[in-house]
Amino acid sequence: MRASPLLQVLRAWTGRIQRPFLRAGDSLAAQRRLGLVLLGLLAALCFLGAPLGLLDDYQQLLFMYAGINVILCVSLNLVNGYMGEFSIGHAGFMAVGAYASSLLTVRALPEGGAWLGPVAVLAGGVAAAIAGLVIAVPSFRTRGDYLAIVTLAFTMIVKSGLENLEWVGGGRGLAGMRKLTTLPWVFAWTVLAVAAVRNIIYSRFGRAIQAIREDELAGLLSGVETRRVKLIAFTVSAFLAGTAGALYAHLVLFITPRGFDLLKSTDVLIMVYLGGIGSILGSVLGATIYTALLELLRPLGVWRMVCLPLLLVLLMIFRPQGILGLRELPWLVPRRDRDAVRRRGPRGSDEQGRSSVSDATGDST
Amino acid sequence: MTYLLQQLLNGLQLGSIYALIALGYTMVYGILQMINFAHGDLFMVGAFALFVAASVLGLPFVPSLLLAMIATAAIGVLIERLAYRPLRSAPRVSAIITALGVGLFLENLVNALSPYPKHVPTLLSNHSWVLAGVTISSIQIWIIVLAGILVLGLDLLVHRTKVGMAMRAISWDRTTAPLMGVPVNAVISLTFGIGAALGAAAGVFYALAYPIIDPYMGVMVGWKAFISAVVGGIGSIRGAVLGGLILGAVEILVAAFLPSTGRDLVAFALLLVLLVLRPHGILGRPRPVKA
Repeated sequence: MRASPLLQVLRAWTGRIQRPFLRAGDSLAAQRRLGLVLLGLLAALCFLGAPLGLLDDYQQLLFMYAGINVILCVSLNLVNGYMGEFSIGHAGFMAVGAYASSLLTVRALPEGGAWLGPVAVLAGGVAAAIAGLVIAVPSFRTRGDYLAIVTLAFTMIVKSGLENLEWVGGGRGLAGMRKLTTLPWVFAWTVLAVAAVRNIIYSRFGRAIQAIREDELAGLLSGVETRRVKLIAFTVSAFLAGTAGALYAHLVLFITPRGFDLLKSTDVLIMVYLGGIGSILGSVLGATIYTALLELLRPLGVWRMVCLPLLLVLLMIFRPQGILGLRELPWLVPRRDRDAVRRRGPRGSDEQGRSSVSDATGDST
Repeated sequence: MTYLLQQLLNGLQLGSIYALIALGYTMVYGILQMINFAHGDLFMVGAFALFVAASVLGLPFVPSLLLAMIATAAIGVLIERLAYRPLRSAPRVSAIITALGVGLFLENLVNALSPYPKHVPTLLSNHSWVLAGVTISSIQIWIIVLAGILVLGLDLLVHRTKVGMAMRAISWDRTTAPLMGVPVNAVISLTFGIGAALGAAAGVFYALAYPIIDPYMGVMVGWKAFISAVVGGIGSIRGAVLGGLILGAVEILVAAFLPSTGRDLVAFALLLVLLVLRPHGILGRPRPVKA
């Protein structure tokens, strides 16, 4: 591709972001300290912002949306980014989590105490995980586009199924939840979700997940039980999407089946690919940037949703791997894996990264 | 019995519209192995082009139809040239995301330009005849006959002409086809153009049958047509037609005999069951997923 001026600017800009991250080694301890300080500041803001009056309601809402989007993003990234499959069913899992948790808090335990919040979120996650398991069993009979189609059908079935179930409100939606989702809770769940996905990725199990992306057959021959790994990873991803759905339901306090259509799935996909697949930091950035961008472009009115897809298409053309495709903040990477990254060096990891993406999703011909 | 026949006729009408759109999905998939998620929105663009031709320019039916097809074909070719061609060697996921983005762009662009649903003027006088208890309207006949002609024309083009042979060659092996002198880029552009024109024709027919059009009409119809293509076996032209007719009939019959809100549910459940039983569709051939 010809290097257009726009592309050169983009490259220079992204290069500047990545260089400090990828200069592994001596500055790592300082980076880790900086990261922990930033995380601590964010935690302080989330826990004390509202009581001290630092954040107004609107800002708190934005932070909570960003947190929920981060959970959705890391969980989709687990399947689409690290495992190299293509699922578009996240809206469906979110819907299952949202409805299950709302039914629990509205119908089953209407007078629960302070413990109800986390219980509702876990219940949403478990319900979505069961749905994920049910859908994963037929899905993984084949690979490639068919998972996309099955998850697409699943999302549609959940949406129109909920529309036809009168006892959960049908097309009119479900209301009556109490506001159990607060900023400290969103922060806690988000950090937990990010940490969980990060730990999965760098565990033995995570290597198996990435082996499926790199070469499923070779993975199978090296002793990876690919079918089992796929089922578990997909279920974990559905669980996290369900927790995000439960948090969302108890934040907006009114859910309709139409709120969980494919547009919602598309939103999550956009965030994941904007940030870059196969990168935890990418998911966090993608979700945050997308949430902020949606708000910043609000003055454009109806033209906002014209500009946003256009930006997405331009991003895909000029930087198909997203902002941080398959790169990672070094201090998120455990030491033994980091040494490998350092030996290869930043350039090497770039080449490696690109080739893995095309292998994972490459042409079937 | 006459009720059933009546519903089957209505199903044939809806099914021919699905079939025409499904052809666009299946042709692009056959050649590029790419799911062109923006295709449902080209159907919407076709309906809006009809609106512009008929109510702004005041053209009669046949010129309006041709204008809508040509304009939408041009947009389809333009989309391929600007958005998909730069990504042809990129990971396939990038192309899928781009297609989703292009679809959202088209919907919201039309929505920004024309925020209210539009009423398409009556272009064809509507007579209806009763034949053995079954009511047939002239619009139904127009839709079914014209859709049939377009499908037959496409089948002849793909299976009987040199251009069609080039399409099949690229679908068979995109690396070797150019070595045999097949102009790959031109054939791919042509494929997108034909697919978009068929989608536009479907949009025109849809607007004849249901004259209120809005910018998001292509979303659900597009997904349904995509299901038709998958049910028939994506990549197979006759499969797309078969899948469209089956889905149209199933939907109308469900709406006729069960609560009408259940039609989407049944359509997607059908897809799920079929994929579990026959992952490659009714007429599809299994492909190696990983070469």
